[in-house]
Amino acid sequence: MVDPEEVSAKQPTWPAKDGATRVPYWVFQRQDVLEAENKKIFQGPVWNFLCLEAELVEAGDFVAVFAGETPVIVTRDKDGQIYAFENRCAHRGSLLALEDRGNVKDFTCVYHAWTHSLQGDLIGVAFKDGIKGCGGIASDFKMENQGPRKMRVSVLHGLVFGSFDEDVDDIEDYLGEAVLERIERVLGGRKPVVLGKFTQILPNNWKLYVENTKDSYHASILHTFFTTFELNRLSQKGGIIVNETGGCHVSYSCVDHGGSLDEVQKNAYKDENIRSDSDLSLTDMTLLESFKEYDDDITLQILSVFPNFVLQQIQNSVAVRTVLPKGTDSMHLKWTYIGFEDDTPDQRKARLKLSNLIGPGGYVSMEDGCIGNFVQRGTKGAAEESAVLAMGGYSIETSEDRITEAAIRGFWTEYRGRMGL
Amino acid sequence: MSSMKKRAELTNLIGMAQAQYAYTIDDGDFYDWPNFFADDCFYQITSADNFAQGLQAGLMWLDSKAMLHDRILSLLEANVYERHSYRHILGQPNISSIDGDEVESETSFMVARITREGPTDLFATGRYVDRYKVSENGAKIMKRIVVLDSSYIDTLLGFPL
Repeated sequence: MVDPEEVSAKQPTWPAKDGATRVPYWVFQRQDVLEAENKKIFQGPVWNFLCLEAELVEAGDFVAVFAGETPVIVTRDKDGQIYAFENRCAHRGSLLALEDRGNVKDFTCVYHAWTHSLQGDLIGVAFKDGIKGCGGIASDFKMENQGPRKMRVSVLHGLVFGSFDEDVDDIEDYLGEAVLERIERVLGGRKPVVLGKFTQILPNNWKLYVENTKDSYHASILHTFFTTFELNRLSQKGGIIVNETGGCHVSYSCVDHGGSLDEVQKNAYKDENIRSDSDLSLTDMTLLESFKEYDDDITLQILSVFPNFVLQQIQNSVAVRTVLPKGTDSMHLKWTYIGFEDDTPDQRKARLKLSNLIGPGGYVSMEDGCIGNFVQRGTKGAAEESAVLAMGGYSIETSEDRITEAAIRGFWTEYRGRMGL
Repeated sequence: MSSMKKRAELTNLIGMAQAQYAYTIDDGDFYDWPNFFADDCFYQITSADNFAQGLQAGLMWLDSKAMLHDRILSLLEANVYERHSYRHILGQPNISSIDGDEVESETSFMVARITREGPTDLFATGRYVDRYKVSENGAKIMKRIVVLDSSYIDTLLGFPL
């Protein structure tokens, strides 16, 4: 719960000299910050991930999603194009779509039957001309430009993004070449199919989860399951990419065909007294069986797009995640598990088994679902204290190692710029 | 009458197995959880929405007894989470088909979760969609699909349902 006094109190200052290396905890706690985020970030010149193109096959197909806290409808119209607009009636603001998905010819509000096209234009008002010459809407009322706000839409390798700001950079420029290539690497030229969708409710501010996805430093320390099977040790080959503006990143690691880890690498974890050095072994190793899917040796690639989208490849487990704020201290994490149309039955099975690693019960993801709440609770009485992000120095540069917080600093750099904080 | 009697017997047999199953997770020894399953078994947790659409993915998707064992092993030895426990309340099994010694049934459940810093919360409701193999020694689960009523799952789904 937000303390009303806390809300009304003047927002503290985030010293400019802190850059992205000190993050005050009040940014995770204040209602006025969340309101500014909805306006300046989610409704501003950013690209919000909306859905997969594969979810909109036929004309009239729609999904109801969110851009930040703003409800949005995404449709495919008869012209084959994808449209997105607020899920809000032009009249008195009721939700237009009351289902998560479906196929419709238009959106007629249940309240007073005002009708909207698949492109979000207001096209009908019930009893517009009254009945028997009585009533009806004001004579100067025009339906044009009355509709809910529309989004500019971009489809990139089957991912549908939307922006409330027409002047947003083209998605290719927004991401930068290096990040763009890594999306193409996973999805380019392929036909994804949805294997399942789940929503995980996390009791923490949305930015704590975003930080976690960009944190290549924690992965092999917090997640004992991964490290035990040598899926992801920091001493493995890998690196991070941070785009020019800072808010998009890729963290990746490769399988080392050169043989087992050398003694120096093995001892690195032992010497640091990190839990990763256990002798746990699985009885049924088929859980982790994977197949060759890419032309490189990258077994893990976590990619984020500012502000709140994640594309994940963990071996053959492919998924997209959207991070949605729900108040200052709660969020929804929308998971869509992905396969591809040309999967063989065995390949499909491998994906389903590997998905035991992810989601609210995932062998790896379960800790990510808890850690944000530990921070939220730990910082409850420390609004004006700050987190430290000094691992790997103070830069937001791409690097060949992952013992760095550069991608998190990148996020805060872009965040501060857009928020004017 | 004899078919009614057989049905009642099977309901009772499955009910007994499920009572022990719930006890094992909530109050007993976790390591015994896989023993309620046949060696060649399947266990999945999904949502009613995914299930109705025939979508295959699960929040857990385990296709051998050994994998169930590994799940417990990982929870107790590897994974990091805050201390919590479950309380299962199960409905009566509703038998939907009998095919020799294989019986399909559905059972409603409610599970409360008790965490370290908080009151008892209603964590999950749904139904088990099961296939059992019955013998003189009792009923073993061949296939259990845990179908959650809601697609919204609170952050930690550690222990099995």
